[in-house]
Amino acid sequence: MVGWRSQSRDLQQDAILADRASSQDPLGSPLPKMIPGIGAFTQDTLWCFSQVKGTMETGTTEADIISTVEFNHTGELLATGDKGGRVVIFQREQESKNQVHRRGEYNVYSTFQSHEPEFDYLKSLEIEEKINKIRWLPQQNAAYFLLSTNDKTVKLWKVSERDKRPEGYNLKDEEGRLRDPATITTLRVPVLRPMDLMVEATPRRVFANAHTYHINSISVNSDYETYMSADDLRINLWNFEITNQSFNIVDIKPANMEELTEVITAAEFHPHHCNTFVYSSSKGTIRLCDMRASALCDRHTKFFEEPEDPSNRSFFSEIISSISDVKFSHSGRYIMTRDYLTVKVWDLNMENRPIETYQVHDYLRSKLCSLYENDCIFDKFECVWNGSDSVIMTGSYNNFFRMFDRNTKRDVTLEASRENSKPRAILKPRKVCVGGKRRKDEISVDSLDFSKKILHTAWHPSENIIAVAATNNLYIFQDKVN
Amino acid sequence: MFARGLKRKCAEDEEAAPAYSLQRQSLLDMSLVKLQLCHMLVEPNLCRSVLIANTVRQIQEEMTQDGSWCVPVPQTAGRASRDRLVSTEILCRSAREGARPAHDPGDPASELQVVPAAQAPGAPPGGVWDGDGPRENRGSFHKSLDQIFETLESQSPGAVQELFSDVDGSYYDLDAVLTGMVGGAKSGQDGLEAFAATAAPSPSAGCKSDLGELDHVVEILVET
Repeated sequence: MVGWRSQSRDLQQDAILADRASSQDPLGSPLPKMIPGIGAFTQDTLWCFSQVKGTMETGTTEADIISTVEFNHTGELLATGDKGGRVVIFQREQESKNQVHRRGEYNVYSTFQSHEPEFDYLKSLEIEEKINKIRWLPQQNAAYFLLSTNDKTVKLWKVSERDKRPEGYNLKDEEGRLRDPATITTLRVPVLRPMDLMVEATPRRVFANAHTYHINSISVNSDYETYMSADDLRINLWNFEITNQSFNIVDIKPANMEELTEVITAAEFHPHHCNTFVYSSSKGTIRLCDMRASALCDRHTKFFEEPEDPSNRSFFSEIISSISDVKFSHSGRYIMTRDYLTVKVWDLNMENRPIETYQVHDYLRSKLCSLYENDCIFDKFECVWNGSDSVIMTGSYNNFFRMFDRNTKRDVTLEASRENSKPRAILKPRKVCVGGKRRKDEISVDSLDFSKKILHTAWHPSENIIAVAATNNLYIFQDKVN
Repeated sequence: MFARGLKRKCAEDEEAAPAYSLQRQSLLDMSLVKLQLCHMLVEPNLCRSVLIANTVRQIQEEMTQDGSWCVPVPQTAGRASRDRLVSTEILCRSAREGARPAHDPGDPASELQVVPAAQAPGAPPGGVWDGDGPRENRGSFHKSLDQIFETLESQSPGAVQELFSDVDGSYYDLDAVLTGMVGGAKSGQDGLEAFAATAAPSPSAGCKSDLGELDHVVEILVET
């Protein structure tokens, strides 16, 4: 593979991990082959700036704020959704033999308006066009398919290429006008002639009117026939072919809304078992459900919750325990959750506590009151796994994002900023000073810019390429090429 | 900073409020404001509302356990708690307090004291919370929270209005408060007295001054 710096020690480590994983998988599924070389997060792994997309102007229009980022299953395509309801898809260019030192760059492939602002006349309320989530379907033919959703409506988009067009129709002329049949004296067979590449996006399905509350998650099932959409109180199961019907599989709405104390915050299907999914709550719990058990998955199969630490208790304890994102590992053995201050990894076989907890920005613990006042405490950060499940990444404030290596237990803080944006410039690790003397390159907690938050990141499925959304800019970083 | 620590009973310290209680009260007020600032063009974020409401419940439960959530019976205690209300209700609009029948009817000065609070600029309508007031017991507090959720559930601006339906809309008109015309017979008497105390130099209420006041009131009503 181009650009890998893998020491033999790491290859060994990966092989051991692969063996361990395959022999101990409790759900008995065959695991995807662990890709050697990835997950080597030694000091030799250096992240470099690759590209940045978006305007450099400081005055941001709200519509340009990126609200979701997602690679497709091969990593060839990278999709972003924004507050203005637009989807922009980037495609990785083919790596040329001439430019060995430059890995494929991502260029705009298609842009389209996915959702428009709507008005709910019954409630006299606006429905935002902001794209909450994009999820790709695995590629089954020449076209690409993705799901995009706003608060209320999910849409299936087909993105296809056209590089030929038919010419020589009998009944139409070159401009498409119908010819008078009486003037046709000969017949010819139309031929396909090359044309400039055109990428078209067409909405193939619209799944509407199934959610009273705001959709926070969509997840494609491993059967590739169904998917689920989750809002604050309910989760619905859809078949891709059927838009006028969906099955409600989770409903936590109390009969009396006065008793509402908990909402659904995220949901995802298991990557291999099409009957299994998880959903997280605002009280910091995760429920794993099996759709074979009953039609309405009211009773969970597993319930993951960490007991509260009484020494850390405050009025903000519940708020900071609210889970903002939940993601299965690629292997399907683990789930990762993000709450306000930490990222946690859970083993599906152990419900009473996570197996790993990583502090994202614990220095904020003493600032919770201010963060509550300015509403930052309600920010929903996402988290992602790398392709081999050995490194996890999540965002923070001041355009910082953090990576944690699960094997070496080392972590790093990096920054997405224009200052670090010279081609192939190596990103310098950042450090936040918590008190006492601030060293030269450190930044103090009080100097952090809380308006610059990294909520959405994505990791290429098999390579060390990451996409980081910083407000209206999309940064692409790659690990250093030899 | 809000770690559990000192707990003090309400009766013990009326003079110097401990830092924890003040902070807790300020957090409570902030939370109530956040819940009410959901008057929206777009539907409010339900997760955020639920989390804030749970925080409010937590604070209220602790205050109940502390005894800080007390009903003032003796006059002095009542006066002290009302004074406390003035400072915190800068956040929660309290126009209604000005026209409410005073606990000691012979003292219009106490009414005047509260009126400036209602003038606080930008204070959102806090009718529900004030109407029940921290003086009330737990039951009505919960009622207010539940009303908030019913509002969110029904998600219509009409429902939000219903939330404040028991509060006379004209309470939010400062002029109406001053004239004491609000609430009709209920508070009219006291209100007029208050107005008379400020506006007219002589406290004597003759037929002529009553008519004069009526003209003044009509003038204001016509203008607004």
